[in-house]
Amino acid sequence: MAYFEVKGITKFFGGLAAVNDVNFQVEQGEIYGLIGPNGSGKTTIFNCINAYFPLTKGEIYFEGKKISGLKTHQICKRGVGRTFQVVKPLKRMTVLDNVIASAFLHTRIKSEAVDLAEKTIEFCELTQYKDKLAKSLPIASRKRLEIARALATKPKLLLLDETAAGLNPSELDEAIALIKKMRDSGITIIIVEHIMKVIMTISNRILAINHGMVIAEGSPTEVAGNHEVITAYLGEDYSAQS
Amino acid sequence: MKRSFGTLLLLAVLLVFPWVLKDAYYQHLMILVLMWVAIGSGWNLISGYTGQVLFGAASFFGIGAYTAALLLHKLEISAWWGLPLGGVAAVLLAFPFGWICFRLRGPYFALATLALNEILRNIATVWESLTEGMVGLLVMQTFVSKIPYYYIALGLAVLSIVLVDVVMKSRWGYYFVSIREDQDAAESLGIDTRYFKMVSLCLSALLIGLAGGLYTNYMGFIDPKVVFSLHDISIMAILVGIVGGVGTVYGPAIGAFIMVAVQEVFRTGGFGLLPALGKTTGWPFMTTLSKYVSEAHVLSFGILVIAVILYLPNGIVGDWSSIRRALIFWRRKAA
Repeated sequence: MAYFEVKGITKFFGGLAAVNDVNFQVEQGEIYGLIGPNGSGKTTIFNCINAYFPLTKGEIYFEGKKISGLKTHQICKRGVGRTFQVVKPLKRMTVLDNVIASAFLHTRIKSEAVDLAEKTIEFCELTQYKDKLAKSLPIASRKRLEIARALATKPKLLLLDETAAGLNPSELDEAIALIKKMRDSGITIIIVEHIMKVIMTISNRILAINHGMVIAEGSPTEVAGNHEVITAYLGEDYSAQS
Repeated sequence: MKRSFGTLLLLAVLLVFPWVLKDAYYQHLMILVLMWVAIGSGWNLISGYTGQVLFGAASFFGIGAYTAALLLHKLEISAWWGLPLGGVAAVLLAFPFGWICFRLRGPYFALATLALNEILRNIATVWESLTEGMVGLLVMQTFVSKIPYYYIALGLAVLSIVLVDVVMKSRWGYYFVSIREDQDAAESLGIDTRYFKMVSLCLSALLIGLAGGLYTNYMGFIDPKVVFSLHDISIMAILVGIVGGVGTVYGPAIGAFIMVAVQEVFRTGGFGLLPALGKTTGWPFMTTLSKYVSEAHVLSFGILVIAVILYLPNGIVGDWSSIRRALIFWRRKAA
């Protein structure tokens, strides 16, 4: 059985199938990319995995155990962390307090939580902002804070939702470096991303979806050359040329 | 270090207060202030720190007060047992209420607490075989002097400040504030938001219920209109929190002092100034004005809230740095 497995998940909003019978498996230690045009259901898949929405149909397994049906906080406790596309910093708390709040997941002792939080902040290179209020951070640092907060819950699997969106080129390189650093520390990552520079350089495998359905799966080069993927992104004209 | 010195000094002043100022009227006011510190701190925990606005503090206050009175009337147990048991009873009410109503978020939860307040007041009014309805319940006061009540109230106030301070520095405190800032983010960080909202509500009900038990013992008389009052208890609790500073440990203490003072100024028509003016000048206008002013304290609450939200949105404690800056600026200008 795979490390993380999604089996036929389906999510209906009224009559609209936002996610329709999606299956995929993620192996331990890999970076798994999730791509698709706007509104194709990438974030909805994340929301289904961490039970932000209840599933209409399907099952999700992590480390051989079923996690669909659990509540969001229970899934986090099992070791599945996530970041939000629209960042949700705890605004009126300092960066350190933000991370301490999530570091309390595996310890009840404050000094341990503070310790873990400080290490995580250093790992994410946010030390200079440590005592600033989260609402005062620029967007790139907010995205980092989002990651730091998720990391402090000691996830084994991390869902990154467009962590690189809105960053300038140099910030982008730093974000890529951070994601690689997280993988090297042993965290399995599923990443949703629009920026091809990010997704093509770091992913081991990519799943492409459109209208909530899987259209291609494979290595970055395979998916980039896939007809259906090109059609979905650029339209019929371009897929005919290639 | 400096701050803890200030706290100790304040505590010392409060300890000797009734021996220095022997006037029963001022002692009465101070007892009210201390009681409001407990209620304000309770309100602050669930609303200021956890962000779930409580519009029905009187529900817990009234339950605490009625527990004390009914223990005496129905079971003939000293009403003083009602002080701790009033807190327990308030928690027992908070538990099922939170269980059901924490499915609601934001203003919808606030409205549910308002509804609870009104439901309880109506039950207390209608269920005459238990509560004597509008006739109210009488509890003989134990002490003639106000000093024992003063120290009990002081103990309660100190307990609530210490409880809030300790809780907010612990894991629970971080969780409460996380829930206030973003419930969805908190949930995805592994925080069981529903459970911790319950914890916060129960702690806050405990403090408000204890204050209710004290109220019965001190005032010696309760009826539904007084202890389940929407404007005199529920709204007042919100004002104590907002004026002093939402989400600050000492905010409710400052707020309680100011709000009790404001209420008293209006209730007595400017400490008897307006009625006295009416008598000496013989103008009927003054007498009428003093009557309206004493009834208008609710109106003054409204004006005060508008002023505080406009000029001190974080309350007096929360905006202390900007108040101090303004004061220094004034002094420089004068010099």
